[in-house]
Parts: sequence; C-alpha cells; structure tokens
Amino acid sequence: MGHDTAEWVFVGIVIAILFYVGVDSWIVQKAVEEIPADAETIKVTGQQWFWSFEHPDGTKEKITLHLQKGHAYKFEIYAKDVMHSFNIPDYVVFEDAVPGHVNHAWFSPEQTGEFPIQCREYCGIGHYQMRGTLVVEESKS
Amino acid sequence: MVLELRKPRPVWQIMFSTHHTDVALLYTITGLAFLFMAGVLALMIRTHLFFPGQGILISDPATFNRIFTVHGLTMLFLFALPFAAGIGNYLVPIMVRYKDMAYPKLNAVAFWMNPIGGALLWLGFSDTSWVSYAPYSVIRAPGPAADMMIFGLKILGISSILSSINFVVTILKCKHPDLPLRQVPLFAWSILTVSLMTLVAMPSYAASLIMLLTDRLGVSGFFNPSAGGDPIAYLHLFWFTFHPEVYIFLLPAIGMMYELIPRFSRKPLFSQASGIFAFVMLGLIGFASWGHHMYSTGMDFTTKVVFMIGTLAAVPASGMHVFNFLATMWGGRIRFAAPMKFAVGGIALFFSAGAGGVLNSAMPLDFITHGTYWVVGHMHLFLTGTIAFGFVAMAYYMFPFITGRMYSEKLANIHFVGMMWGTVQVFFTQHLLGLEGMARRIYDYPAEYTSWVELNQIATVGAWILGGSFVFFLANLIYSVAKGKEANMDDPFGLGGKYYYPYQAKNPTHHTGY
Repeated sequence: MGHDTAEWVFVGIVIAILFYVGVDSWIVQKAVEEIPADAETIKVTGQQWFWSFEHPDGTKEKITLHLQKGHAYKFEIYAKDVMHSFNIPDYVVFEDAVPGHVNHAWFSPEQTGEFPIQCREYCGIGHYQMRGTLVVEESKS
Repeated sequence: MVLELRKPRPVWQIMFSTHHTDVALLYTITGLAFLFMAGVLALMIRTHLFFPGQGILISDPATFNRIFTVHGLTMLFLFALPFAAGIGNYLVPIMVRYKDMAYPKLNAVAFWMNPIGGALLWLGFSDTSWVSYAPYSVIRAPGPAADMMIFGLKILGISSILSSINFVVTILKCKHPDLPLRQVPLFAWSILTVSLMTLVAMPSYAASLIMLLTDRLGVSGFFNPSAGGDPIAYLHLFWFTFHPEVYIFLLPAIGMMYELIPRFSRKPLFSQASGIFAFVMLGLIGFASWGHHMYSTGMDFTTKVVFMIGTLAAVPASGMHVFNFLATMWGGRIRFAAPMKFAVGGIALFFSAGAGGVLNSAMPLDFITHGTYWVVGHMHLFLTGTIAFGFVAMAYYMFPFITGRMYSEKLANIHFVGMMWGTVQVFFTQHLLGLEGMARRIYDYPAEYTSWVELNQIATVGAWILGGSFVFFLANLIYSVAKGKEANMDDPFGLGGKYYYPYQAKNPTHHTGY
C-alpha cells in the first residue's frame, strides 16, 4: 500500500466514525428535545445562591422540589441576578439560567427517592452550596 | 546556535536587546516562571479538594475562586502564549533564513507587555473565573480586581496581536527568496497559522473586554440585562475568540513535535504536504465550532447541529497530524532522549484528549459533561497532556543549544515518568468525576458523596505526582545551566548529525556571533 493510500484509508475511517457520532447524536437530541404536550410546567428561578420553584397551582418551594413519579414535567428556567445552570445530574436535566432569557428543559421521573439538584455555572462565592433536592413521590392520581 | 548563557554578558544587555534570540530567551524564561507560579496554585486547589468540608489550605470560597481564576489565566496567557512565542522567536527567523524578526523593536515591545499584564493579573487576583461570564463579571465581581484583570488581559491581547503581525510579516515577506513557502519547516507553518488566527480571533475578545469595562463603569449596558443588554452576546464574543484560541495554544506544540519526531526517528518526515494541509484546515475549521461551548444556553436545535458539525470537522485534520507522526516514526531508528519521550507522550495524550472531544461534541453527551469535571479533565488533557508535553520536549531539545550544556538525562527521566503518570492519574480521574456529576469551580462538596471523595483523592495524589515531577524539571534546569556537562554542539543528542538542523541552514546575513 502506498503512503497516500494508507493516509486516505485512515482519514476515511475517522470520517466514518464522526459521521456515525453526528447522525446518532442528531437522532437522540431530536428525541430528547421533544416536550410532551401534557407536561406540567414548573417555574424554576436561580438566584445567588438558591433555587426556587413554582408549581402550576401556585405552590412555591425553595431548595427542595417535590414531584410525582410517572408525570412529565417541563421546566421554565429563569435567573434573577447572574447566570446559573439548573442541573439534576441523575436525570440529565441541564440548562443554563440566563438573566433576561427563559430556557426550557423537561424530564419524567421514573423512580421515587431523593436526587441532588445543583448549579453548574460559576455564580460567585456561594456557587458550591447552591444545592437543592428533588423529591420524587408516588403518583397520587 | 545561541550561547547566550555561556557568554558573560550583563543581564540588562539581554533585557534591552531586540535580537530575536534574546527576546526568545526572555519569552521562554518568563513562560516557565509563570508555569511554576500557576502550577503552585493548581496544587493548592487539588490539595484543598482532598477532604470535603475541612477547608485545607484555602479557608474561604472567595479565595478559592480567585485562585482558580488566576491559575487559568496565567497558564493560558502567561505560559502557553509566551512560551510558544519564545520558541517561535528562536526558530522562525532561522527557518525562513532571515537575520532577525521583521520588526525587532516591536518584538521587544510585545514581550515587555507580558510582565506588565502578568503583574496586573496577579496583583488584582480577580474572582470572575477565566471566562468572566457576564453579568457576574459586570454586576457582582468585586473591583478593582476585575478591572485590573480586564486591563491586564487587554495588554496581553495587544502583545499577542503585535507578535502575530511580526511573525506573519517575517514568514511571508522576509523569507529567503530561494525558499518556497511550501518548504518552510512545519514549526514555522504552525506559527504562521496561529498568527493569522490570532489576527482574526483576538479583536472580538478585545472588543468584549472594553464592553465589559464600560459595563462595569455603568456607562453602557451591553451585557447587563437590567440595562437592556444580553449576557449571551458576551458568550458569543468570548468563544469566537477562545475556541480558535484553543488551536492557537495547540498548533505550536504540534509544530514542535514536527521538529522533534523526524529528527529523533532519524528519518525524513512522512509528509510535509499533509502537515501543511492539516494546519491550514485546523486554522479555518477552528472558527466553525465556538458554539459548542454554549449548547446549554438555550440555543435552538439547528444552531446546535451546525456547531456540532463544525466541531466534528476539526477531527480528521487532527488525526492527520497523529498519522503523520506515527508514519514518520514507523521503521525509524528512534532515539528516546528526553525530547522524544515527551513528544511521543504528548501524541498519545493528544489522541485520548481528541477522543474525549468527539464525545463532548455529540449534543446529548455534552449535556452530561458540560460544566462538570469532565470538561476540566478534557481540556487539561490538551493543555497539559499535549501542549505542556510539547513545550517541555522543546525546552529539553533547546537546552544544549541555548546553554551549551547538556541537561541531566536521569532527572529528565524522572520528570517524564512523573509527568506522564500524574497527567493520566489526575485528568483521567477528573473525567470520571464529571460523569459522577461534580460541577466545576466548586469550593467544597458534600462528604456523603463517597464516590466524589474517592475520585477527588485519587486526582489529588495524581496532581502531587505531576507537581513533584516539575520539581525535578526545575532542579534539572538550574543544576545543568551551571554544572551540566558540555554539550557536543555539532550533535548534542548523538543522532548521527546528517539530519537537517535549522541553524545550519545557509544564512549569509544571520548573526553568527551568538
């Protein structure tokens, strides 16, 4: 095999792998971003240095968020002061809270229990303790 | 070639000189000095994170935030850029067979901006994190630290633009007429590429720094939502500069490996043309991917896809460099002196860092890794694993040419083993920490997350090994400058001497005095 052939084969293999990665993440991301129509909207507000939540019925919570298993939830994410990032690592819920913008993320908890909530964008002295808890309870309905 | 340290010259003659080898020496030493200073900060951070909740070494979050900010800024602006400019100053004029840089005085001015900018960064000790995202950096970051940082970065940015103009003119206009551009050695090609990239990329950041400053002074509201601005604008301006900047840091290290690999493999380079092609490709594609730093800012699906394609497109060109290195080494009579060890180690880590980068660019995976320690590990695999390995390799290679003495191969071996081991242990572990969900830039973490505790402790021990290996590097440099054995200047590495050395190029006008 000549020098050039070997190099072209190598580059071809690399491009094939990239093509696979690109197409696959296109498919997955497309599916992930499709928000179900019946999702309940939860307003999430990040400020230095805690999260607050508002349910559709008007109940407000701070730091701890109570949700029910099996329902779909859509988060409307706001920021009051500086940039934050709303993150539930166990459910790969992750979207920046940007002042002046409203961002969206959704998920549907499948397990009951307590899951950590954290801020994943540097926001100052209290960034490290901007933590909360997601409590998933058995569905009442 | 350059026996500055052997000649009994007063230090101010070097400091006020405009000769390219003198400026190069200043750049190189400044870069290494800041490497050690920022390295100490890194060790403080890692040691602090060894136990959760104890406040070891750093007892308040504000100081912690300042330390990781200055660590990042110093490593990027005061180690990576000046060191590359230093080696560029040594080699580029010789490679294009010109007597000096095109604008020697401008060259010296560009260098002397570095200590001034560095002093502002270190005296200010800002807490904005190196990215200084608005609106935190506008409405909450305490002054005067943040303002001093803005001025310091401004000065360093101008320095980088000036030295880029100098390199571009030197390579394109001062090149010997008998030397076609395609035959210019690949290290000079890497410097040409990054200089052109700097000229396109840097103005965007320069503008955003001014806007940040006027926002902080309250006379404008570009990035301040309460004054009608938009923080996302800052992110675009910032990453438009700093994604290309990744390649501006990286390509000189790759260029250095192109100097070392053929020489120590005692074989001609596999393909000059593919090296040039890959440099130019990376130089162009580097501008197509800045948005992958912003997937989670509320970017719409189509924009994300465009930036993902732009990111993936950079991989084949990087792969061509790796292929070129491996094909050059294939069947060569490799001599594993210290420069070759570091160069080969750097290639191996470049490959693993690149593989991690492919995973990052895939949108769904980015939502798992972004803003976590995965990203810290990933970019440090490039910065330490590739860039610092390439630079250290070049430092060992240049050592006999600069000082006339050989470094100690034994100490260099310890440095290599420690640096390789430490890099793998600390930065691979940080990838895992990211998958466990640990966010970046946090002062402390809950002790009940036992997997975080374990992985942090493994990473910290790795960082001590990495830091320890640099003690041997420093000792080697200091000891060998004074007491190392005399180098055989015709062939310091015993390679047989029939291979091309840039300083042997016919150069009738080059100063041979030093």
